Amino acid sequence: MAILQQILFILAAGTAIGLFSKKISLIRRNILLGKDEDYTDQPGRRWKNLALLAFGQKKMFRNPLVAVMHFVIYAGFIIINLEVLEIILDGILGTHRLFYGVAGSLYLFLINGFECLALGVLIACIIFLCRRNVLKLRRFISHDLDGWPRSDANYILLTEIVLMTLFLTMNAADTLLQSRGYGHYGAHLTGDFALSGGLHPLLNGLSSSSLVVVERTCWWLHILGILAFLNYLPYSKHLHILLAFPNAWYARLTPEGQLKNMPAVRQEVLYMMQPETAPPALTDGSTPPPPPRFGAKDIFDLSWRNLLDAYSCTECGRCSASCPANLTGKLLSPRKIMMATRDRVEEVARNIDANGKFTDDGKTLLNYISVEELRACTTCNACVEECPVSISPLEIIIEMRRALIMEDSNAPQEWNALFGNVENNFAPWKFSPDDRDKWATDLSQ
Amino acid sequence: MQVPTMAEWTAKGESPDILFWVGCAGSFDQRAQRITVAFATILDKVGIRYAILGKEETCTGDPVRRAGNEFLFQMMAYQNIQLLNTYNIKKIVTTCPHCFNIFRNEYPALGGQYEVIHHTVLLQQLLDEGRIRLKEGGPYKGKRITYHDSCYLGRANHIYEAPRKVLEALDAELVEMKRCRSKGLCCGAGGAQMFKEEEKGSTRVNFERSEEALASGAGVIASACPFCNTMLTDGVKHEEKEDTVKVLDVAELIAASIA
Repeated sequence: MAILQQILFILAAGTAIGLFSKKISLIRRNILLGKDEDYTDQPGRRWKNLALLAFGQKKMFRNPLVAVMHFVIYAGFIIINLEVLEIILDGILGTHRLFYGVAGSLYLFLINGFECLALGVLIACIIFLCRRNVLKLRRFISHDLDGWPRSDANYILLTEIVLMTLFLTMNAADTLLQSRGYGHYGAHLTGDFALSGGLHPLLNGLSSSSLVVVERTCWWLHILGILAFLNYLPYSKHLHILLAFPNAWYARLTPEGQLKNMPAVRQEVLYMMQPETAPPALTDGSTPPPPPRFGAKDIFDLSWRNLLDAYSCTECGRCSASCPANLTGKLLSPRKIMMATRDRVEEVARNIDANGKFTDDGKTLLNYISVEELRACTTCNACVEECPVSISPLEIIIEMRRALIMEDSNAPQEWNALFGNVENNFAPWKFSPDDRDKWATDLSQ
Repeated sequence: MQVPTMAEWTAKGESPDILFWVGCAGSFDQRAQRITVAFATILDKVGIRYAILGKEETCTGDPVRRAGNEFLFQMMAYQNIQLLNTYNIKKIVTTCPHCFNIFRNEYPALGGQYEVIHHTVLLQQLLDEGRIRLKEGGPYKGKRITYHDSCYLGRANHIYEAPRKVLEALDAELVEMKRCRSKGLCCGAGGAQMFKEEEKGSTRVNFERSEEALASGAGVIASACPFCNTMLTDGVKHEEKEDTVKVLDVAELIAASIA
């Protein structure tokens, strides 16, 4: 019986980890569909960002109360994983509470700590469920989340509640069996733990053999739940628990006000202004390579960094809640920009999986993000500033605006007038350049 | 008052310490011209050796770049950098955060390396150094003032304190809006929105921001950007509060209080 459990466990864990690894390598492939760009300069600042933004969740603390609850869930998740390590080893080796023999009183201290964290996670998850479904905060009832994204968020919170309940119930059944000196449980007398001991009255009525069933069921459901959850991550907004870390390390280190330069366009302008610098026409009859696309129409034109952003987004909506366009009822929602980008990447990935390589499907990112949304942005950087995991929706908006103007000549009438004025009168309005210093000449009279 | 141009300095065989980049709004917009005049007056009074480019100045290309027209931006940048480098400009002060941001963050990659300073930072320095002295009991003493953070000064370049320090020097009662500093709400002008009709929505961005500014109970809404100034002025008018609440640039407040 014990050996059967061991075999089943190894099979389950092996399958889960194998599937997860495969899916992650596919996501990596999808992210690298974007253009190559270097984000490895200034490693010192990058490690600091990793420590402060990812491990320290610095941006979350813009709202301290929520940040503390989020931190409890995060710390609970990471620290309780130490316990999962024991569970996995117990599962493989067929042992029970393997570390107790090694760690002794430290072990008791740790498990008591885990139990407190587990309760903290449970409470925080319940509060978060209330914030989403009862208090109905604006950013959670937004239409951005209609359908799957809203359910996704609730499933994650419910799963965590279930996992924590299983963990506490497992400990309660275990310690009760210990006190009864039942079977091998009696061989590891850890004594009652801080919180699960409180569940004993609920379980006292059960026979010892039923308690073993309870303990084993909780153990199995807990670890199977975690393995299942692991494989749910790649399909969920919850992937941020992993990608927040690379996203912080690869964070943009340039000032928020700085737009990405376009060297290709600069070169064209230089050739125009200084024709003598232009390369001679090709004489061997070959055609020059086609110019790169200006701006972004599809995910291939974005940088891999933008696609990593899209996979890192956990759809919290802090960006949209601070966006002046979104706050005043415009169609633009920075969160939706990120969700749309991920959706399009996933669509392209399915296309590649089906055809071996991407075959034109007649669609672009513009099927997901409308011109009206792109036009509403004031480039104020509020979304970039708010994002806890260093995402820039603005960069995607600007790249798409560039393609609209430079590839499609798609500009509102007023912007065409703006371009004309800047080009001909050197100012955005139709004033004579001769009047530029009129204020100064008036002053001298 | 004479406002010296680069051409005039060069003709004398001299060079100024700093170039005052006026910007398109400051040059052509009637409201923003008053900010320009206020700032030039301060420079003149303090005795700073400065110059403007006059008719030679052209748009930095900020709105067209943010609208997506990189070609036109690169053309404007090329011409401006050629001109500035020909005059061997080292230091630039500007009253417009958009021009400031372009000089600071975007021209360096294109061959335009200048020390650039926003006028609110220069004003703070001049106050700290005692070169600007304010009247005892100036016109804004004890008045309630709220400061509106410009996105291109604040989030884009992390300049939050200098304008506030300048306002504190007025002995005024500085009150903050709920959304201030890095959480400051945009006025609605950036990203070339100034030059087109807003997309459809439930309200205008400048109305939303002006309502918040008015709710602070301030009699003066201080701005540090000519575009924010226009947007907030329109918003205050929309609420029919233009008789009791003034939208004024930090430079105008100082110019009116200078001893």
